[in-house]
Amino acid sequence: MKREIPLFLTAVIGAVMILGFFVPHPWVSVPTDFLQQSAVIVVAFGYVLGGANVLRVNLEGIAKRDRDWPYRVVLIAGMLVTMAVGFFVDGPRFQAPGTPSIWIYNNLFATMNATLYALLAFFIASAAFRAFRIRTLEAGLLAAAALIVMLGRVPLGDFLLRPLTDHAGLPEWLRTTPLGAIQDWVMNVPQNAAKRAILIGAAMGVMATGLRVILGIERTYLGGGD
Amino acid sequence: MLTHASSSTRRGLLAFGIALALAAAAPVRAAVAPPDTIAAPRAPTGLVFADIANDAGRAMDLSWTLSPDDTTGSRTVTGYLILRGPTPGGPWAVVDSVPAGTRSRRDEGVHHDSTYFYRVEAVGPGGRTLAGAAAGPAIPRAAWFNSTRGSVFAFMALFFLLVLYYMYMAQSGRKPFVRRLAGIDAIEEAIGRATEMGRPVLYVPGITDIDDMQTVAGLVILESVARMTARYETPIRVPVAYPIPFTIAQEMVRSGHLSAGRPDTYDSNSVTFVSPQQFAYVAAITGIILRDRPAAHLYMGAFFAESLLLAETGFSTGAIQVAATANVPQLPFFVVACDYTLIGEELFAASAYLSGEARLVGGLKGADMLKVAIVLVVLTGCVLETFGIHGLTRWMQTQ
Repeated sequence: MKREIPLFLTAVIGAVMILGFFVPHPWVSVPTDFLQQSAVIVVAFGYVLGGANVLRVNLEGIAKRDRDWPYRVVLIAGMLVTMAVGFFVDGPRFQAPGTPSIWIYNNLFATMNATLYALLAFFIASAAFRAFRIRTLEAGLLAAAALIVMLGRVPLGDFLLRPLTDHAGLPEWLRTTPLGAIQDWVMNVPQNAAKRAILIGAAMGVMATGLRVILGIERTYLGGGD
Repeated sequence: MLTHASSSTRRGLLAFGIALALAAAAPVRAAVAPPDTIAAPRAPTGLVFADIANDAGRAMDLSWTLSPDDTTGSRTVTGYLILRGPTPGGPWAVVDSVPAGTRSRRDEGVHHDSTYFYRVEAVGPGGRTLAGAAAGPAIPRAAWFNSTRGSVFAFMALFFLLVLYYMYMAQSGRKPFVRRLAGIDAIEEAIGRATEMGRPVLYVPGITDIDDMQTVAGLVILESVARMTARYETPIRVPVAYPIPFTIAQEMVRSGHLSAGRPDTYDSNSVTFVSPQQFAYVAAITGIILRDRPAAHLYMGAFFAESLLLAETGFSTGAIQVAATANVPQLPFFVVACDYTLIGEELFAASAYLSGEARLVGGLKGADMLKVAIVLVVLTGCVLETFGIHGLTRWMQTQ
């Protein structure tokens, strides 16, 4: 029964949700809306489990003096202080401007978030350096396309390339077509075609996985045991 | 300056709102011109209603012809009141108010299969016009099928039939040939390398919740990966961003150990809940990468800006990295920073490859056949559009 009941619920709810996409009548849309809203309640219970796991794993790490265990102390202290401020100091107004919860969010969380996000610029530079090393024909095409797109997206691009393109030996269309137009073509035609092909394939993968789950063919998510 | 303009606009709207409220509160009566010069506006005419097709019967579209006094620069009309009642004689309730110059409005406060009558009245400083004839009866109908989604339904039905047919064929012994994917083969290779080096395997099932099918696919693959790590007695680390995938991931890893016949090696701390906050999640995973130095990193699921942060940090440690995602903008980052990348649908096919189960593999062929159908439809659409025939294109457009 541990497997049959979840499989039955998955099949019924999955079928109702699919039906809800095609049938707007309230007899179907009201239950589907209710099911979607009910998910919030399940998620709320899930957060309790998640919070308990964070506490357990990190307290064990502190007790065993794992490597870099002081960071675990900081994590638990941060979590408990934020929760305590939200529950006991701010209460229902925890999202109101000027509350300690908002101060913690703006001055600690948001700044750390922005710091980490800013690292992306350096990682992009190092990744781009590797990606644009021209060792094969494909890598060469990639580098050329990237150069066109990057230069074509800024007004400076045409100015920089004019000495190269303003040459009598080049075809007329190449001399007169702005780099921005070539960039648009690269993005709208080959890039878009490849992207849509991937998206169509992924959409079918989504449907196939959903069908397997609804029909109970894919049941690994139920875990082991009976 | 902007603040000043905005506050002026707000004051204007407030004054208009108060005027409408006062007008609405007044009893319905014949237009009474105030003692000074401005006369009451003449009534709008031609009120028509239209039920919205393919909806749940919760809205009605209304349109009317403006009052003859509602002209540019004229101050006679400041707005219109939309009134709704159950009978042609009322009682009337104001359901909405719109500024001068507005010709239509959607009433979203109705119930399906109920009868309504509507009136629109012009309001101005000179008073409120005598209500014109009521329009009705308007009965919003709830549709049983959204006909704009007919094409989706047709393709979905075809897809389901194809998948089920090929699953049945595979189950009855005609298992289709499946080309091996280097990225899938690399997963076992990466786990083997981690075993040789005595280091753990890091498995990241994406950063979205369970409502994203990529997360489901990532969790399904996790079971196969956990089975391999259990067989090799290699520790696995699975940091998860959301609580529901977290509980499922725990089940997956436990199930993998059970399937491998090694329930004793299951570590309840191998799956950890981190945070749904994107960069908090990144900080936790990069911490694991740099502290525990896993020899294999498997990124399977939906990723966003964190993809490159994770993959580049992993690259710097020299670990084997295999990524799989259907988020197209992140694919270039994974291709650059990882050893192998599964693109788009390969993420969803990976569980069939790894398990080798006949029905799952059969499903892959069903998906391939639908791709052939889609290619044919696209080509047909191109030809029809070229000759100015738009029926297929219109049928494919959904709302």
